[in-house]
Amino acid sequence: MPRAAWIALAAFAMVPLMGVGNYYLHLVITVMLWAFIYTGWSLMGRFGLVSFGHGAFLGIGAYVTTMLWNHYGVTPWIGIPVAVILSVALAVLIGYPCFRFRITGHYFALVTLALTEVVRLIIVALRDHTGGSLGVTPNIGLVGGESFSLVALQFSSKEVFFYIALMFWLLGLYIWHRIDTSMMRYALEAVGQEEDASASVGINVTRTKLLITMLSAALTALGGALYGQYQLYINPDTMGGIGVSLQIVFAVIAGGMFVQLGPTVGALFTLMLAEGLRVAVGNEVHGLDSTIYGLMLVLFIIFMPNGILGKIIEVRARKSATGGTATA
Amino acid sequence: MLQLESVSAGYGSFQALFDVSLKVDAGEAVAVIGPNGAGKTTLLRVVSKLIEVSGGAVSMEGVPLAAVPAHRVIELGIAHVPENRRLFPRLTVEENLRIGAYPQAARARFEERLAFVYSLFPRMRERRQQLAGTLSGGEQQMCAIGRGLMSGPKLLLLDEPSAGLAPVIVQQVFELVQKIRKEGYTVLIVEQNIRQVLKVVDRAYLLEVGRIKRSGKSAELLASDDIRRAYIGL
Amino acid sequence: MEIFDVFLLETVLNGLLFGGVLALLALGLNLVFGVIDVVWICYAELMMIGMYAVYFLYTVHHVPLLIAFVIGIATVALAGVALHQFVIRPVLASEPINQLLVTGGVLFFLQAAATLAFGVQFRNLGLALPSVTLGEIMLPQSRIYAAGTALVAMLGLWVFLKKTFLGIAIRAISQDRAIMPLMGVNPGRIYLITSAIGGGLAGLGACLLVLQYDVHPAIGLTFGPITFLVCVLGGLGNMLGGFIAAFIFAQLISIGGFFFHIEWGYVMAFAFFIIMMFVRPQGLLGGKR
Repeated sequence: MPRAAWIALAAFAMVPLMGVGNYYLHLVITVMLWAFIYTGWSLMGRFGLVSFGHGAFLGIGAYVTTMLWNHYGVTPWIGIPVAVILSVALAVLIGYPCFRFRITGHYFALVTLALTEVVRLIIVALRDHTGGSLGVTPNIGLVGGESFSLVALQFSSKEVFFYIALMFWLLGLYIWHRIDTSMMRYALEAVGQEEDASASVGINVTRTKLLITMLSAALTALGGALYGQYQLYINPDTMGGIGVSLQIVFAVIAGGMFVQLGPTVGALFTLMLAEGLRVAVGNEVHGLDSTIYGLMLVLFIIFMPNGILGKIIEVRARKSATGGTATA
Repeated sequence: MLQLESVSAGYGSFQALFDVSLKVDAGEAVAVIGPNGAGKTTLLRVVSKLIEVSGGAVSMEGVPLAAVPAHRVIELGIAHVPENRRLFPRLTVEENLRIGAYPQAARARFEERLAFVYSLFPRMRERRQQLAGTLSGGEQQMCAIGRGLMSGPKLLLLDEPSAGLAPVIVQQVFELVQKIRKEGYTVLIVEQNIRQVLKVVDRAYLLEVGRIKRSGKSAELLASDDIRRAYIGL
Repeated sequence: MEIFDVFLLETVLNGLLFGGVLALLALGLNLVFGVIDVVWICYAELMMIGMYAVYFLYTVHHVPLLIAFVIGIATVALAGVALHQFVIRPVLASEPINQLLVTGGVLFFLQAAATLAFGVQFRNLGLALPSVTLGEIMLPQSRIYAAGTALVAMLGLWVFLKKTFLGIAIRAISQDRAIMPLMGVNPGRIYLITSAIGGGLAGLGACLLVLQYDVHPAIGLTFGPITFLVCVLGGLGNMLGGFIAAFIFAQLISIGGFFFHIEWGYVMAFAFFIIMMFVRPQGLLGGKR
C-alpha cells in the first residue's frame, strides 16, 4: 500500500480523539459497519454470484446473538461465533444444491431472495421470542455507572465503537485483498465466465463457490451482530428481508463492485444520501430516501453498471489511453 | 426480380462479401455455389436483412431494401428458409407452418396456403400434430421449406438445404426443389453440394472468399473443367 | 374426529382456491421469463399498483367495482409495458444480472414510492363478502370468485397461446429468437405485447387479491417471494410446471397454517422447496436451459 494511504489511515484513526462529537462519530461508525457488510457481500457479487438474500445472514447474525443474550444470558463472545456458524450452515444448505446442480443467474437470485424473506418470516413468526415486527433490544448489560461491559459486549462510548468498527472495516478490506490476490480469485473468475471449461481444467467448481459463499455469509453475519451490539435495537426489516438485501446490492453497485474500496464508497454514498435527505426533508416524509434509492439503483444499472468508482477508473483509463502521460 | 449491386457486408470488423453483384429473374432458379466459408449464408442474410450491407444495394422488384426493416422483408415477397432448418422444436408441424403465414396478407389466405403445402408435402399432413423437434432431418427440411411457402412468396431463399442430411435424403430434398420449381416459384439456392444443385437450377454463381468468381448457365458450369476438378472431384 | 376432518377438508379446499390465484401470478411471471428471458423481480409490486388503483377507484371515487377492475388491469398492463420499454430494454443486451438488479431496483422504488404516496396504513376495500356454506364447510365467496376467475383467465391465455397467430409467435420467440424476423415477426413488438399481458395478469391478480387482502406498501412481500418459489419449483419459464407447483405450494401453506400458525405454513412450504432443490433442482418440469 502506498505510503500516502498509511498516513491517511493513521490520521483517520485519530478522529475520535479530536472531539468531533457523537453525531459525526455515529455517522462514521455506521459507514464503516455497513462498508464492512457490503465488502463481505461483494466477495460473492464480483464473481457473478449475485445474492439478493444477504439480509438473511444479517438477520441471523443480529438475532441469534441478541436472543442468546436476552434469553439465556450467553455472552456475545460466544453468541456471535454461534450466529456466524449458523449463517455459514445456512449458506451451505442453500449453496450446496445450487452449486452442485449449476443453478446460477436467475434461479440463484430468486432462491436467495426467497431465502431472505423466509428468514424474516421466521423471525416474525417467533414473535414471542423475537418481538416480531416490532423488533427487540438487547438487554442492557451495563450495570450502575459502567461505561462498558466486556461480557455483554456493549459500550456506551462511541469512541470505543469507532475503533471496533475501524478494525472490522479494515479486516474486511484485508480479506478482500487476500481473495483478490489468491489463486481462488482466478478460479472464481474462470468459473464466473465459463463453468464447464473451468471444471475441465480441474477447478472444483462447487467447492470454490461454496467457500466464497461461506466466507461472505460469515462476514455478513458478523456485521449484523456488530450492528446489533452498536445500535442496540434490531428489527426484521433492518436486519433481514428483501429491503436490506437490495440495499446491500444497491450500495455495492453504486460504489463499484470490482474495486476494493467500491463497497466503502457505496456505504458512504448511501449514508450521505439518507442523512442528507433526512436533514433536508425531515423524518416525516416517510420513504423518500428509499424512493430515491430505488430510482438511483435503476439509473445506476442502466447508465453506470460499474458504479461511481468504476466509472471514475474507466474515465481515467480512457484519458491515459488517448494520449497524455500515463498515470501512476 | 432480385438485384444485388456491388454488395459488401460482414460481421463487425470481419468482411464476408466483397462487391458482389447478382440477379435473379422471375421464374428462374439460381444457385450460389462455393466452398465452406465463402460467404454464401451471409449473402442470403443480406437479402433477408438479418444483416445490413456496408456497401452496395439490394432491391426486390425495383424496391430498394435499404429502408425496409428485417421483419417486413417478407411482405416484399421474400421468404428465407434458414440454414439448418431452424424449426421451432417445441411447436407442432402445423404450428410451424402456421407461423410461416404470420404476415397479414398471408393470414387471410391461411387455410388455402396450408392445403397447398400439405398437397405438396403429404408427409407433413400425416405428422401435423407432431413436435417439429422430433422429425427426421429430411422431414424437418420439408417442413422448413413448407413454412417458407406458407407466406405465398415470390422469391424463395434456400440456405444449404442439403446440409447435414444423408445422401438419400439429399436426393429427396432436391426432388422437392424441382417440385417447387414446377409450381412456378422463383428460387435462390445457396449450396455446397454443387453437383446436385446444378441439376435443378438454370444458372449459378460461384462464390469464393466473398467474391463472385464465375457465373453462367448450370450446364456450362457443370461442363467446365476447373469447376469439375476443384469441386466435383472428377 | 369428524369435526377435525371437516376442518381439514375446508383447509384443503381453501388451499385449492388460494392455489388458483397463485397459479395465475406464477403464469404471468413465467410468461415474461419464457419470452423475454427476464425475471420481473418487481412483479408483486406491479400487482400492488393494481391493488391501490382498484382501492382508490372504488372507495374514494366510487367507481363501480367491475369497472375499477378493468381500469386496474389496464393500469398494470400499461405499467408492464412501461417497465419493459424504459427499464428493461436498455439492459437487455447486458448481463442477466443487470436485468435482475434493475427490476430489483424497481421493486425498491415502487415500495418506497407507495409508502411516500399512500403511507403505511393497511387499506381494505371494505367489502364484506359472505361465505358460502357447504354443509359444515365455510368458503369465503371472495376466494371462490378469485379462483374461478383465475381459472377462466388461465384457460383464456392457453387458448390465446395455442390458437392465435400472435400466441404462436409468442411461444415461438422463446425457442428461436434470431429467425423471428424471417417470419415477419417484430421481436420488439412481441416483447411489448408480452409485457402487457404479463402486467395484465398481475393486474388481474391484484383485482382478485384486493377482495381478500388489505393493500399496503409491503403487500408485494407477501406474494412476491412465494410466486418466485412457485415458478422455480415448477421449472422457471414452464407455465404448466408453475401451474402445478402453485397448487402444491398453496396446499402446503394452507395445511401448515392449519396445524401451526400461518407463518409456519410458509416456512413449511419453503422447507419443501429446499428439499426439492436437492431432489430436482431444475424444477418439476424444468429442463436444462
